[in-house]
Amino acid sequence: MALPKHTELHYRIWHYFYLFICGSVFFFLIAPLFVIFPLSFNAEEFLSFSDGMKSLDPDAFSLRWYKDMIYGTKNPWGLAAKNSFIIAIFATIGSVLLGTVAALGLSSRHMPYKGIIMAVLISPMIVPLIISGVAIFFFMAKAGLAATHTGIVLAHIILGTPFVVITVTATLSGFDHSVTRAAASLGSNPVNTFMKITLPLILPGVISGGLFAFVTSFDEVVVVLFLAGLENTTIPIQMWTGLREQLSPTILAVATCLIILSTLILVTAELLRRRSERLRGINR
Amino acid sequence: MSSETKQILTTDGIPLEVSLKKAERRNKIKAFLLVAPLLLFLIITYVFPIGEMLMRSVDDKMVTEMLPKTFKAMEKWDGKELPEEEVFAAFHEDFLKLVEEKREGKLSTQLNYTKNGFKSIIKKLRRKSKNFEEGNYKEQIMAVHKRWADVEYWNAIKQRAPAITGQKYLKGMDMYKNETGKIVSVSEDRRIHRILWLRTLEIAFFVTLFCFLMAYPIAHLLATLPMKYSNLLMICVLLPFWTSLLVRTASWMILLQQQGIVNDFFVGIGLVADDARPEMMYNKTGTYVAMTQILLPFMVLPLYSVMKTISPSLMRAGKSLGGTPIVAFWKVYFPLTIPGIGAGCLLCFILAIGYYITPALVGGASGTLISNQIAFHMKSTLDWSFASAMGLMLLAGVLAIYWVYNKLVGIDNIKLG
Repeated sequence: MALPKHTELHYRIWHYFYLFICGSVFFFLIAPLFVIFPLSFNAEEFLSFSDGMKSLDPDAFSLRWYKDMIYGTKNPWGLAAKNSFIIAIFATIGSVLLGTVAALGLSSRHMPYKGIIMAVLISPMIVPLIISGVAIFFFMAKAGLAATHTGIVLAHIILGTPFVVITVTATLSGFDHSVTRAAASLGSNPVNTFMKITLPLILPGVISGGLFAFVTSFDEVVVVLFLAGLENTTIPIQMWTGLREQLSPTILAVATCLIILSTLILVTAELLRRRSERLRGINR
Repeated sequence: MSSETKQILTTDGIPLEVSLKKAERRNKIKAFLLVAPLLLFLIITYVFPIGEMLMRSVDDKMVTEMLPKTFKAMEKWDGKELPEEEVFAAFHEDFLKLVEEKREGKLSTQLNYTKNGFKSIIKKLRRKSKNFEEGNYKEQIMAVHKRWADVEYWNAIKQRAPAITGQKYLKGMDMYKNETGKIVSVSEDRRIHRILWLRTLEIAFFVTLFCFLMAYPIAHLLATLPMKYSNLLMICVLLPFWTSLLVRTASWMILLQQQGIVNDFFVGIGLVADDARPEMMYNKTGTYVAMTQILLPFMVLPLYSVMKTISPSLMRAGKSLGGTPIVAFWKVYFPLTIPGIGAGCLLCFILAIGYYITPALVGGASGTLISNQIAFHMKSTLDWSFASAMGLMLLAGVLAIYWVYNKLVGIDNIKLG
């Protein structure tokens, strides 16, 4: 942001001060993530930069912790990763199906008691996680689903649907309903209309809601801590135990992989958002 | 002719009004049927269980069922002096039954919640009761231990007679019903819960404040910069937002440890001596720093989406009408951003007040919050009714905040980035 030439000195100072503040905040936000990166390649067992690393000695770097993550004996990460992906994928499918259908109903102008129903549907997002965790645990224990994959998937569907409901309702708010009426008047049945007309138009919203649901499930610890048994361990649980007991560099290797994963998700979500805005004719 | 208005009919000969109403009803049902699966699912798996928490938190049937005859005999007892033989006999009878079913341990745990000191005297009673002679149970029981001859312990038992109790809620506020039924606070050195509630509020408040102070300038910068720069900077906000909470907490644990990078830096610039590195983790500082960074995106995104809609010409108009930039900012720009400030602060505060993972990892003893206490009772002491009671107190607080927010700003202003 260049300043016009006639700017007075004190505004000039203020302006650079403001940019400095902004820069520091951005640094504060992003820098911690980049600390993990180099340290995960540490050849030694410490969680700080060794002298070799500071002088960029190639011997100070190694893939040892990545090898440990993948091949290490009695290493829980393989099972945890498998569980995490299975649970997150099923939870996402469940959240997207239930959430999208509900959002369609909620966006109808005929919907009765919209306010109250909306409040119930998004309540899992509003209520502090620890309370949700206790409540869901009581239900799952009663239903005999504690320490099962099914129980955790159901719990994550509960936590994930609000995001789908919100993103899909937002997409539908800019939706031109005359296109579905046009399809109906041309003889299409409601299911066909939904699949051929509505769904392609709201797809970006559905997918970004799904991404939210996926990340929610993939990153969820509080509820899983109550529900999971030894068999159902997930990546967040393993990280949690690892961080509580002993910070090993293997955790940093896992964390690096997770950062890469979240970067991919971020890029996808951004592209979808832009596409959705283009489709809905919002130009900025 | 009559004055009767002629009804408009549809082609089927049904009055249009009736037909329209029918169609509307059908539409209503259709819309509702779409919502029904999710609604039903959430009611069964989520809303009812929260109701169950309420039941559990006030439920006190256990002791009521364990000592039915005792409580019946106690009905007439006024609690001022030791109860009559009748009560002791009934208690002896109940107790023998419990010993037979091997449940006297549960009784002692339960009574110990009400008054400390029951555990040992119940154990002793079990041993001695084998040799009890018939009749005159009062003397025999009192001879087991002097606490059995203490009227306060009998009052403590009587307190557990009702099947419903609010004592878990009182305990959550460090209060209890004393032997005479008056509600009093526990002694000052044992008020752990009040400290936790206050600390939770304090940390949530300051984290929200720090987030606001840091988010406002960068949201403004993002909203005013040209797209190609702001998109790049937006990544700095969104990447942490999408990154696992545990990853971010882990990175703070690395940064803040005593041999960590932040301390290295402080030593490097000569701020602290190498042998006097400050403890920045496992205390409040750690909780503040990590939580602020983790919640910052939740403040930036609503602020950004509101600031994006404010036309820059408004500021120019303010300045051209003679306002200094500061006046123009304060009178024109700032009021327009209030919905964003409200949404961001609400989001941050609510998230902070229920935080669990980060305080548990970097907070140590002085940086833990009420959620940690709830989890502790769920997983360690297994006092689920107490965990439920504290959870519901927290929930009530959160709902109250929503209510106030809705009155002040309106809940519709919340946006998800």
